[in-house]
Amino acid sequence: MSPTAAGLVQVGILVVALAVVHRPLGDHMARVYSATKHSKLELAIYRLGRVDPDAGQKWSIYAFGVLGFSFVSVVVLYVLQRIQSVLPFDFGRGDVPPGMSFNTAISFVTNTNWQSYVPETVMGHTVQMAGLTVQNFVSAAVGMAVAVALVRGFLRHQSDRLGNFWVDLVRGVVRILLPISFVFAIVLIALGVTMSLKSGVHVDGQLVATAPVASQEAVKELGTNGGGILNANSAHPFENPNAWSNLVEIFLLLVIPVSLTRTFGTLVGNKKQGYVLLSVMGLIWSAMLAVIWVAEANGLRPLEGKELRFGVPGSAIFANSTTSTSTGAINSLHDSFTGLGGGGTLLNMLFGEMTPGGAGTGLYSILVMAIIAMFLAGLMVGRTPEYLGKKLGREEVTAAAVSILAMPTVLLIFAGVAAVLPSTGAALNNPGSHGLSEILYAYASASNNNGSAFAGITVTNDWFQSSLGVCMAFGRFLPIVAVLALAGSLAAQKKVPVTAGTLPTTGPLFATLLAGTIVLVAALTFVPALALGPIAEALL
Amino acid sequence: MNNFVKQSLAGLRVLLVLTVLTGVLYPAAVWAVSRVPGLHGNAEAVGTTLVGVDREGDRWFHTRPSAATLPASGGSNKGELNPDYDQVIAERRTEIARREGVAEDQVPQDAVTASASGLDPHISPAYAALQVPRVARATGLPEEEVRELVAENTSTGFTETVNVTALNRALER
Repeated sequence: MSPTAAGLVQVGILVVALAVVHRPLGDHMARVYSATKHSKLELAIYRLGRVDPDAGQKWSIYAFGVLGFSFVSVVVLYVLQRIQSVLPFDFGRGDVPPGMSFNTAISFVTNTNWQSYVPETVMGHTVQMAGLTVQNFVSAAVGMAVAVALVRGFLRHQSDRLGNFWVDLVRGVVRILLPISFVFAIVLIALGVTMSLKSGVHVDGQLVATAPVASQEAVKELGTNGGGILNANSAHPFENPNAWSNLVEIFLLLVIPVSLTRTFGTLVGNKKQGYVLLSVMGLIWSAMLAVIWVAEANGLRPLEGKELRFGVPGSAIFANSTTSTSTGAINSLHDSFTGLGGGGTLLNMLFGEMTPGGAGTGLYSILVMAIIAMFLAGLMVGRTPEYLGKKLGREEVTAAAVSILAMPTVLLIFAGVAAVLPSTGAALNNPGSHGLSEILYAYASASNNNGSAFAGITVTNDWFQSSLGVCMAFGRFLPIVAVLALAGSLAAQKKVPVTAGTLPTTGPLFATLLAGTIVLVAALTFVPALALGPIAEALL
Repeated sequence: MNNFVKQSLAGLRVLLVLTVLTGVLYPAAVWAVSRVPGLHGNAEAVGTTLVGVDREGDRWFHTRPSAATLPASGGSNKGELNPDYDQVIAERRTEIARREGVAEDQVPQDAVTASASGLDPHISPAYAALQVPRVARATGLPEEEVRELVAENTSTGFTETVNVTALNRALER
C-alpha cells in the first residue's frame, strides 16, 4: 500500500468508527445528564462527600463548585508531588521541585497536561495513579459538566437553576469515563501497551523505563487530557505500539467531543442543531488535516521526530486530532514539523479548541462562537439575535465575548513578555523564526489547555513555570465562569417563539456563518504573531 | 467567599472519594486483569521487541539515530530549518555511507533522522538491505541467509518496516 492510500484507509476507518459510535454514545450521555435517579455507587459518593444531589444550583453556586473543586484539586496534587519521596513506587525519584509541582498541578487540573518534567526520572507510579490519573478523569468530567450546564441554559425558562455540579461531575466519571476507560485499557494491553508496576525493563542490555501505562493511556485520550506517563508520550512504543493502537487512541480522543454534538441535539430536541455544529467541526478538521498531511509529506526531512510504524499519514492524523481537541498527546514531534505543518497544529489551537475541541470544552466553546456568529448576523440585518429560542442581549453577548477573549489576551501578553526576556534565548532549541514559534506554541498550548509542545523549548525556569501556569488557569477558568454566567442569564429568560424573521440555525447558511466566524476571530487576533513565526518559516 | 469555602470543602471530600475510585481501584482493576495469561506478557513487556536500542558492533543491524537519554525516552525536537542540525545529519550520512561502503546518496532518510521516542525499533526495508552485506561479513553468515532473516522480520501493513530488535535476536540464535 502506498503511504497515501494507507493514510486514507486509516482516515476512513476512523470516520466510520465515529459515525457508528456517536449515536449510541451521544444518546447515552444525554440520558446520563438528564436522568433523575442516582445509582447506589453515586449515592454512596454523595453521602461520603456530604453533598445534596437533589438540590438545584444557581449559576454562581455551580461556578463556585467548579472553582472550589479545582482549587482543592490543585492543592492536593501539589502536596502529593512535594511528598513523593515518602510514597510507595517512587523509585528514589524524590520530591518534585516546587515550581514544577505548581505547574504540573495546574496543568492536570485544567485538562491541559502540559509537562515540564520528564516522567521517567521525575514521577513515581503513586503520583501518576493517585494524582495524575485522577485528574485525567475529573478534569474531563468538569468540562463536560460545564457544557451540559450551558445546554440547560437554553432548555430552561424563567429558572435560576442550572442543575447540580456534584451530580454532573460524579455521573460523568462513573457512568461515562470510567467504564469506557476500563474497557479500552484492556484493549490497549491486548494491542501491546504495558501495565507494569516496575520501574523499567532490560532490553538488549539497556534499561528502558516502564509504568502502569494502559490505565492512564485510555483516559488520557478519552478525556482529551494528553499527558504522557512516559516522556515520548504516544510516540513511545509502550504507550502506542502499532498502527492499530494508534487508531484506537485517535478514536478515543475524538469520540467524546464528537458524540457531545449528538447529546446536544438530543437534549434540545432537534438533532439537526447538533449535526450542524458537527459539520462545521468536521469541515475545519478535514481542511487542517489536508494542510498538515501535505506539508509533512513534502518536508525536507519528513521522518525526523516521527516513528516509522506510523509514517507521515499516521503522524499527521494524530497531530491534527490532538491539537484540534485540546488533547495535546503527541505521536510525533511537532517541533520538527515543517513551517506549514507545525503552523497548522498551532492554528488548530488558536481556533480556540472547538474543531471538535476537548471533552465538554469543545461543545461549550463552539456554542459560545455560535452566539457571536448570531450576534454578527443580527448586526448585519439590524435585529436582536436569537439562538435556540433565547434572545441574545447585552448580557449574553458580553459573557460570550469575555469567554472568547480570555485565551488570546493571556496568550499574547505572556508570549510577548517571554519573547523579550533575556533568559528566554537560552531556553530555545532552534534559532530564528522557529524559536519564536516555540514560544508562541508554548503559550497557545497553555492558554488553550492543549498541552502539546514544540518540545525543544526548555520550560523549567521560574518564568516559564509560573507564567504558563497562570495562562493555563486563566485560559480554563475565565471562560468557564463566563459560560456559566451566560447559562444563568439564558435560563432566566422566557422562550422566544420562532417567527418568520428567525434565522434558522440548522442549515448551510448558519454553518457557513459559524465556520467563517471561527476562522475570522482567529485570523484577526493572531495573524500578526503568526506572520513572525510559522508563516515566515514556511516562506523561507 | 463563604460560598467558595463551603464548595471547596465539599470538593475536597468528593475529590478524596473519587481518588479512591479512579486513582486506586481503577488502576488496580486494570492491573489485575493484565495478570491473565495472554495479557501478562504485554503488560510486563516480557522479551519485548516493541522498543529498539542500538547495539554496538558490525555484527548487528543498527537502529535509527536516537536522541533519548535512557531510561527516559525522547527525540531531537530540531526544526526543519535548523542549520546546526543539517550538519549533524550530514555527518550521520557520511558515517553510515562509510560503514556500509556505499555512496552517500544511497543512505535512506530514516537512517539519518532521529525518531520521536528515540526507541523506534523499526527501520525501512531500504536501510535494512543496505546493512545486509556488512552483517553477513561480520557474522560469517551467507548474505542470502541474512536477507531471509530480514524478510522474516519485515511487516507489511499500513507501513512496510523491519523490526531491528527482533532481527538482531534472530541473528543471536
